[in-house]
Amino acid sequence: MNEAKRKLLNKRYRAEANFKLFGQIAIGLALLFLAVFMYKIFSKGYTAFQKTWIVTEVHYDKELMLIETDNPSLEDLENADYYEIAYKAMTRLDPSLPEEDDRQLIQMVAFTYEQEVKNHLLKNPSLLGKIVPIRLTASDDLDQVHKGNYPRDIPEEDRRVNDYQLKIYDMLNERGDILSKFNLSFFTNPDSREAELAGIASSFMGTVFSILVCLAFSFPIAVLAAIYLEEFAPKNKFTDFIEVNINNLAAVPSIVFGLLGLGVLLAVFNLPRSTPLVGGITLSLMTLPTIIIAARASLKAVPPSIREAALAMGASNMQTTMHHTVPLSMPGTLSGTIIGLAQALGETAPLILIGMVAFVNTIPGTPVDPAASLPVQIYIWSESAERGFVEKVSACIMVLLGFLILMNLAAQIIRHKFERKWN
Amino acid sequence: MNLVLISLILLLGFSSYYFGRKKATIIQSSQRLTALPKFYGYYLAIWCAAPALIIFSLWSVFEPTIVKNFILADYLDQNLTKNELQLIYTKVKALALGTYTGDINNFLDNSAGKYIQIKNMANNAKIVIVLAALILSLSYAYQSIKKNNRMREPVEIFLKWVLFTASLAAVLVTIGIVFSLLFEAIRFFQSVRIFDFIFGTHWYPAKTFVRDGQPDPELMKDAFGAVPLFAGTFFIAFIAMCVAIPVGLLSGIYLAEYATRKVRKYAKPIIEILAGIPTVVYGFFAALTVGPFVKEIGNSLGLEVSSESALAAGAVMGVMIIPFISSLSDDVISAVPQNLRDGSYAMGATKSETIKKVIFPAALPGIVGSILLAVSRAVGETMIVVMASGLAANLTANPLESTSTITAQIVVILIGDQQFGDPKTQAAFALGISLFVVTLFLNVIALTVVKKYREKYE
Repeated sequence: MNEAKRKLLNKRYRAEANFKLFGQIAIGLALLFLAVFMYKIFSKGYTAFQKTWIVTEVHYDKELMLIETDNPSLEDLENADYYEIAYKAMTRLDPSLPEEDDRQLIQMVAFTYEQEVKNHLLKNPSLLGKIVPIRLTASDDLDQVHKGNYPRDIPEEDRRVNDYQLKIYDMLNERGDILSKFNLSFFTNPDSREAELAGIASSFMGTVFSILVCLAFSFPIAVLAAIYLEEFAPKNKFTDFIEVNINNLAAVPSIVFGLLGLGVLLAVFNLPRSTPLVGGITLSLMTLPTIIIAARASLKAVPPSIREAALAMGASNMQTTMHHTVPLSMPGTLSGTIIGLAQALGETAPLILIGMVAFVNTIPGTPVDPAASLPVQIYIWSESAERGFVEKVSACIMVLLGFLILMNLAAQIIRHKFERKWN
Repeated sequence: MNLVLISLILLLGFSSYYFGRKKATIIQSSQRLTALPKFYGYYLAIWCAAPALIIFSLWSVFEPTIVKNFILADYLDQNLTKNELQLIYTKVKALALGTYTGDINNFLDNSAGKYIQIKNMANNAKIVIVLAALILSLSYAYQSIKKNNRMREPVEIFLKWVLFTASLAAVLVTIGIVFSLLFEAIRFFQSVRIFDFIFGTHWYPAKTFVRDGQPDPELMKDAFGAVPLFAGTFFIAFIAMCVAIPVGLLSGIYLAEYATRKVRKYAKPIIEILAGIPTVVYGFFAALTVGPFVKEIGNSLGLEVSSESALAAGAVMGVMIIPFISSLSDDVISAVPQNLRDGSYAMGATKSETIKKVIFPAALPGIVGSILLAVSRAVGETMIVVMASGLAANLTANPLESTSTITAQIVVILIGDQQFGDPKTQAAFALGISLFVVTLFLNVIALTVVKKYREKYE
């Protein structure tokens, strides 16, 4: 082998190694994106599962509460005045503060502090007249300071927490009067304009209702359509047309379905706006082709010998299909359905168009109550400027991703456990 | 009211199944039947419920229009426009339901009385007719249960029709999309010339907002030029493809040709996770992390970068699209017959030479198809752009400025309360139909290409 040939051969081998390396880099990049992405979301979001409280003392003073009877009933307590004692509970933190600056202390807790003082008493009526410790929800700015998400070294006028409040915070923190516990209210509260009070309960229920409506509409229609197309449809132009239609529908951008929902469901059928009912129907139109395609694939996977055996025993076509083919295809159909629903679960744009982006601070009880959904909640919160919402968004994303993972796992399990392998 | 009627029909339907079966079993006790007893039950149940339900739904669909015509017949002699008539009808309805708060005049009051009267009459008539149909068809069906009737066939034919109707749903959805988009878009093009829409270079619909009355036609002409949106859409899709094609294609090739079975088993599903993440999550990521990151890098290089740049949105969109391209091209490359590879190896080619010179050209149609599908996905993507690329429709080719897309503008226009009949709302539908046409075009080409390719090797 002469020199030139050896050089050429080496060059070719190098090219081979390089090409393989490029492939590895590409895979590595894709995995890196995923890792960075997950890291960013989790590192921002995990703090939202902790809630910060300020511990102070409240004196349930009957006089200040304007209670006149000696043995007040629950109703009396309900109607009593809590403003004064709640206010005192906060100003007690720094008695030296001049009265006109009291707002600075009040701003350190959530604006519902009066309600919290009241609820605490209603739960334990025996506390009336006593001085008891109470924990009040810290304001979102203080919450962020406590979690270390808020830079303390920027100039005071750029901060939402001023130096005085930081001083009080440090004092309380040293005394151990700043509590940090699991944030249950994130899961039980509806949406709120205040980050420290905002929760995902309303949007979660909205999502559940939309997905149920979506399932109720899309699953039966899609399975019936798939059975017809796979088992009964004659081979003609019209069947081809339906088939092309389904394939194209699967690739129509989701926002177009939102326009359809707006233009037909809301404008023509006058269904109630902003409700999971309309959202679910819109999503079901979107998932319909996905489920049809999955159901057809799993019907196709049932071997012809099953059908032939049933037909040979004298079953009609319909009996063969309904008693044998369809039950055998169900695992594949169901896992396809779950994957379709998981896609629908993450959809945002169509729901925004049909008005599920409205601010809802009640938890919907039926599919015809106005509601948001988890992805829409992510959008709403990420548009708010307050720093406290960033961790809420990330936490909401974690909940959403958790659901998607669960659904995909369920699909996998159904597929692997129940699907028959034909050899 | 309607709910009660439907429940009644369904209840009767279910119970008639048992009557039918019972009659059949009685016959069966003395003679041989030509079908299983349950088919007699199904037969009766279908005849009981189906006609009644069909009449019921037809009635419910047509009733509002007919009632409306009856009411508005009184106003026809006043030479009112369509919109005014609609307004009157809304008022009458609100008055009848007791939710009306405006001025009440005699005429309106009369109409409301008439409305209630007609509505009641219609309701009563509906119940009577539906129940009559139910009883008629039920008694007919009950009579026809005899020993020699082959009951399985009609039941199965009915089932087949149900299946067929379900398969029409997909067609109905397409028709619904086309018509709802077309209907509003046509009304839009009555107030804005189609030429100004397609070739105009200024998109600023907020300008046409006038509190009362009609917007100035001169303004309309200049506010709805969609060129910046078309350009922005394809620009961002282009940036996305610049990220997705190299990474996706190379990963696809690596997975199909080099990766060991084990690597493939784990790497492929993990990459596909990228496609399963909701787009709103990508949008948040782009707006919060990638946008500021791009801005920081740009500023350190001395470049003017807006915090909502086309680059950030496009790059994140590209990441989202990677799995579409990698999975599809993996499938396509794996489908290339082994003998092509063997032939190339036998001639002394290395693996990479085989891939570049033999497999890639053979798989090219399929790869092009998958890329087209990915482009259509990028064009229709909404949330990433809404959250990361700003909402101002700049006509620019600078990836560091903010641009807007068709989808983002649809969201911007429709996010609040929409007024049907407002040119702004209609403009969203016009944008929607252009989006639909573009993606449909891309999909049809992609699917044909892929189909042709499959036929070649199968």
